[in-house]
This record gives sequence, structure tokens and C-alpha cells, in this order.
Amino acid sequence: MSDITNSELDRRTLLRRAAAVGIAATPAVGMLSACVGGGEDDKTEQATGTKSAENPLGIDPKAPIEIVIFDGGLGTKYATDVDTPMYSKKWPESKVTYSATQQIATTIKPRLNSGDSPDMINNSGSDLMDFGAIVKAGQAADLTDLFAAPSFDIEGKTVAETLVPGAVEQGTYDTDSGRKPFAVNYSFTVFGLYYNKKLFDKNGWTAPTTWADFTALCDKIKAAGITPFGYAGANASYYMVRAILTSAGKIGTEQVLKDIDNLKPGAWQAPAIKQAAEAWGQIGAKYINKSFLGLKHTEVQLQQNQDKLAIYPCGSWLENEQAASITPNFEYAVMPYPSVTGSDQLPATAINAAAGEVYFASAKGKNPQGGKEYLRVMLSKAAALEFTKLTKSLTVVAGAADGLTISPGLTSANDMLSKAGKDVFMGYLFDTWYKKLDDASREAANTLMFNGGDAQKFCDAMEKASQEVAKDSSIAKFTRV
Amino acid sequence: MRHGKYPFIIGFLAVPVALYAIFVVGAYLQMFRLSLTDWTGYGTFNDIGFANFEKLWNDSVFWTALRHNGFLLLLLPIVTIALALFFAFLLNVGGGSKGGVTRGVWGSPIYRVIFFFPQLLALAIVAVIFGRVFGPDKSGMINGLLPDSWEPWLFLASERWALTCILVVLVWQAVGFYVVLFSAGMGSIPQEIYEAAALDGASRITLFSKITLPLLWGNIQVAWIYLGIAAFDAFALVNIMTVNQGGPNNSTQVLSLQIYLNAFKYSQAGYASALGVVLFFLALSFAWLTLRVSRRDAVDA
Repeated sequence: MSDITNSELDRRTLLRRAAAVGIAATPAVGMLSACVGGGEDDKTEQATGTKSAENPLGIDPKAPIEIVIFDGGLGTKYATDVDTPMYSKKWPESKVTYSATQQIATTIKPRLNSGDSPDMINNSGSDLMDFGAIVKAGQAADLTDLFAAPSFDIEGKTVAETLVPGAVEQGTYDTDSGRKPFAVNYSFTVFGLYYNKKLFDKNGWTAPTTWADFTALCDKIKAAGITPFGYAGANASYYMVRAILTSAGKIGTEQVLKDIDNLKPGAWQAPAIKQAAEAWGQIGAKYINKSFLGLKHTEVQLQQNQDKLAIYPCGSWLENEQAASITPNFEYAVMPYPSVTGSDQLPATAINAAAGEVYFASAKGKNPQGGKEYLRVMLSKAAALEFTKLTKSLTVVAGAADGLTISPGLTSANDMLSKAGKDVFMGYLFDTWYKKLDDASREAANTLMFNGGDAQKFCDAMEKASQEVAKDSSIAKFTRV
Repeated sequence: MRHGKYPFIIGFLAVPVALYAIFVVGAYLQMFRLSLTDWTGYGTFNDIGFANFEKLWNDSVFWTALRHNGFLLLLLPIVTIALALFFAFLLNVGGGSKGGVTRGVWGSPIYRVIFFFPQLLALAIVAVIFGRVFGPDKSGMINGLLPDSWEPWLFLASERWALTCILVVLVWQAVGFYVVLFSAGMGSIPQEIYEAAALDGASRITLFSKITLPLLWGNIQVAWIYLGIAAFDAFALVNIMTVNQGGPNNSTQVLSLQIYLNAFKYSQAGYASALGVVLFFLALSFAWLTLRVSRRDAVDA
């Protein structure tokens, strides 16, 4: 079987020529080359070894592994300088082949389809693969044994027991043979409203907890000639989707978001969703800068660094991403989303924090157990601590970074996390499960925030999109409990 | 020499025909095949008959995309050809005649080179540059030139004008090539014809409409078809320049982007293939219709 799609980058030429075929006999690069199918017939020889206390996953100590890391905001140093040396120290005879790319789907998808997959893959970035489809096609290895194995360096605990609540759940998918974990969501992201602490201190502004305080603050900021609230519509509208849905979750508990994930009819018409959309729609109508719809995330984030924008909804990766643009007059801090109503079911301190950044072992690679062992190394306390130091991102390894002072933004996020206590919720998964619904939510959020703030229209558009996905039998479905 | 003819022809033809068969015909056959399946792009698939086409018929985004392709199909060739003809006429004949020789406006050899510049830039680069030109705040090039008291124009962030912005870039990029094409065509029109017409007192407008245009008809026809096909594409610009790929609110959605999104983002390779089949037949019928409608006897010079 040969590559299915090795020409994604060439699509412009491809489509033009494909269209020209009737007229000009130009040889073109085909969208699908010689063979269609999934490499189902090829059974790759897979390496295994004997299980023991030292080798709980039963890897072949001599078999090489191949890993692929996404070269993005987190960099690749944590893999090359931390994880791989740790792995090699334990398994000196297992050679690690490493590569990094920004184009995960472009480089990896053809290899998955042709049965030549790397053993451990970091599925991330704007060119990531649809993980639900990968699971459905049986390309991702079942990680049950990994999570049940003893932790790499925390005595007496299994890997699963060392992680924050919800971390395993987030990588768990329904299959024909039951619910199983297929992905390690490694980094732990805290979401909230980011602002410049120094700017706020200078003006005597404080973080609001109620919606009335929030709008009053926005009025003050506007009077000071600064755009109170904004996000980048061109490519970062999912930050706004998260803002709306986090507010909805605080109004009506996470159940509201579970219903959305489960594509329950009427889920988007729930009162909590509508109230959240109404509240945010008003913010959009009154306080946003209309030109942000056409800007990209880095452009808007830069405006915040220049104090032209006060409040920005984002996750805890923001500080690291903007490291180069931060001046001495800027210090990131984060606050929880204010309560929308007086009768919100979760307190004002409640936050949305979720595991992200998917790593998975390939089911059809040459050494799936080796790939899992690499993941076990990553989930060790030592590796997690180094990861946080290098990337300023928390990991799902619980408490790995406790007591570490890294940067003001991360300290602020950690504070917010501890103040939230048990009121931390994972949020929603439909954006990774159903890419089409994800795109629809981005459009709907943009329309809500930049085009009049009509909450009912937002609910109607999303309800329709959600039910279209529910009815489409060609889309693999997943559920949450 | 006769006995050497066949090996010679076969040698020349075999490779291109094989390439064509494998990479074009073969790919198309597979696309037709896949359009009848529920293939996600990963793993195996089932046959589902014409369900993809049924879904397509009921897909409102498909119709929106089709309408936008129609908009481009209508305006891109007309605007580009009109501009290219105008410029080519100025470059070649617009300067009037001197000593019985028609010539272009002053400096036309330089203009000719400048017109061709956009053609040399990769489309992706053009898209990035125009992304800045159309910047929706004061940092955008056009908005930066406007007086400070004006509200910045939204360009790509405006549902109403986003597609027009794409059209402008497509025209800007294409016009140079057709200026050169038409210039070459005009260069092959014998001088005596212009001379004779000029002696009869024909104005520049008459020269253009009665001589240049009819004698260039073949070139224009080719241009029309190529531009039409470009209008069916527009993928790179829409993908790179627009809000949320095809937004805001699907106002720049086109078929090629829908194929891309469905195949590579939504894991619906089967459905994307069905869209591809539709695009294939649309492009084919467009080319056929254009050739049919615009057929007229070549004017013998």
C-alpha cells in the first residue's frame, strides 16, 4: 500500500490542474496516489519483551523507537534534553529516533495510512490530525496498561494515580470494545481572563467577581481610552467559545457542557448557554474593537502587551507565547471569569482547567510498547518538573511543579487554581471530537461578539450545527459521563 | 527513415501518457470511487451509494460556496480581461501613430516588465502581503493611508466586502500575465491594417473595437477559460487571507476550501471526493460552454 495523501501542500496547483484536465493534458500530482485504503492488510512485526517489575509494559529492550514531536509553542527541548535522555538511561540498547515538525498531519497521516507509523506521536498544532478518526480507524494504541503500570518515579502509585483528576478521562474514547484511554493529554492549562497587573495597579482597577463589577470596570477602562475586552477573530475565536462556555458552565454546572459534548438535542438552547451568550454578546456590542475580527492572535496579544487592550481571554500558555513581547511595564496576571448571575451554581472562583497537548502511541507501529514506555517516562515527576521549567506550562502530573516559582503569570494561574479548590472543571471535548462543530462554534462566537450580540441567533446556529453532526452517520460519535 | 517512426513516437509518448494515466486519470478514477464511500481518510471504508451527493444537495454551506465561485466566475474573467486589454492597448497602440508606425504610450517597455511582476510572486506570498494591505486597523496599509478621523475599513473582516477583497487580489495577480499575452497577440496584428484604418480616419476607440478586438479573439477565449478555472480555485488566497478560513460567517467560502476542510480537517474524505466530483463536472461544463458559446470564425488577417 502506498501513501494516500502526500500532496496536501500542493493543493492549489492540484485543484487548478484537476480542473484543467478536460482542456489541457497536464500531468498532475494526484490527490490519491496508487492505492486507496488503510494499510489494513499489512501486519507489521511488532516488538515485545517479557513483563517484569522493571519492565511493566513488556517492551523489547533492544527494539528501537521512533518519536515525533510538534515543534510549536512548547518547543522541543523537553523531549530532546529531558525525556529522551531519561528513556535512554533506562533502556540504553533501545535507539530513539527523533524528529520534530510543525506539520503533523501532512507528515504523519500518510505514514499512518501506509503502515509505517512512528511509535509515539505528539498530535498538536494547527495541522493536527483528527484524533477521533484516528481512534476509530484503530491507529491509536490502547493505553489501559500504561495507566495501570507503576509510575516511573513515584513509589507505590500507578501512572493514573499520579495525575490530576480528569486527565485520563480526557483521553478516553468509546470504541466497539468499550471505553478505553488512547491519549495522554500532557500539559495542564488554566483558563481565565488575562490582564496586565501593572496597568491595573497603576489605575487602581481590581479583578471583578460579578458581572456588574465587570461591566463597570469595562466602562472605566474604556474611559481611559483603552479597549476593555477583545480577542482575535481571524484565528483565535475558540478562546471566545471557551469564554462563553465557561460562563455557561458556571451558571449551570459542567452538566451543561456534557450535554453539548453528547450532542443532546436542545443542549445549545439550555438557559445557561443563552444567559452566557447574552452577557458576552453585550460585552461584544459595547466594549470590543471591531477590527479585531480581522486580526490574528499574535496581533491582538501584542496590542495587549502595548496596553491598547486590557482584558484577553486565554489559557496559561499565553505568557510563554508572548515572552519576547513583554516589556518591564507588563506583568501577566489572570482572573476567573466573573459570575454572570447572582444565582450561578458554581462560585465566582470556579475555573475551567483542562489537560491538553495530545501524545499517543501508534497501534500499528513497529514498537507500540516502546512508545508507551516513552510516555511513562514523560509522566514521571522528574520529567514533568523539567517540562514545567522549560515551557512554563503545568503538566497533568499532580503537584509536580509545587513550590516552583517560575514567572508571575504562572504563579497567578497557580493561585487561581488553588483558590478554586474543588471547583475546577474540565470543560468540553466537542472541539476535538467534532472538528466541524468546532468550526461552527468559532463562526457563531464571532458573529455574536462582532455582529450585534444576538444570543438567540448564537444558540440557534449552534443547535442546528450540533444536530447536523448528530445525524451524520459518517462522523464517529463519542460520549462523556 | 520510415521504419524508425514508431519507436520514436512511442518513446516520446510513453512517459507522458503513463504519468498522465497514473497521476491524473488514476487519481480521478479513485476520486469517483471514493465519492461513493464513507471513507474518513483513515483506515477502511464502506460503500454508501449516492448518500454523499444527497448530503451535498442538503448542505447549505455547499450552496454558499457554489454561489461565491459563481460570483468569481462571473467577475474575475470580465474584470481581468477588460483591464488587461486596456493596458495592452495602451502599451502597444495607445501612443498613436508616428511616421506610419503605431506605438504604445511613453515608457511602455518598462511598464510591460512591471505588469508582469505580480506573476513572479508565489500566491502564498501575495496572500500574506495583501493580508497586511487589507489590515482592518490603522496598521493596515490602506487604512494607514486614510485620514485619522475615519473609522478603519474592515475589508476581510466585513461579511459584505471580504469576497470582493479576494477578487481584487486575484485580478491584481492575474492581470499582468494577460497584458503580456494580449501584447503578444497585438504584436502579431499587421501594422498595415492599423495604418489603413488610421488613413480612413478611425479613432483609437474604433481601432480597438473594430481591429484589435476581433483579431485577438482567440487569445481572449483562452484567457477566459484559464481565468474561469482560476475562479473555481481561489483556494490559496481564501485559505491564507480570510477570517477563520472562509469567514466571516462563510462569506468567503469556496468549493476548493470546502474540499480541503472536509478531506483534511473534518475527516470526511468520501464527502470531499463527492465535492471534487461536482467541481470536476462544473469545470468541464464551464470549459465546454465557453468554447461553444465563444466559437466564431477566426478573422483572416
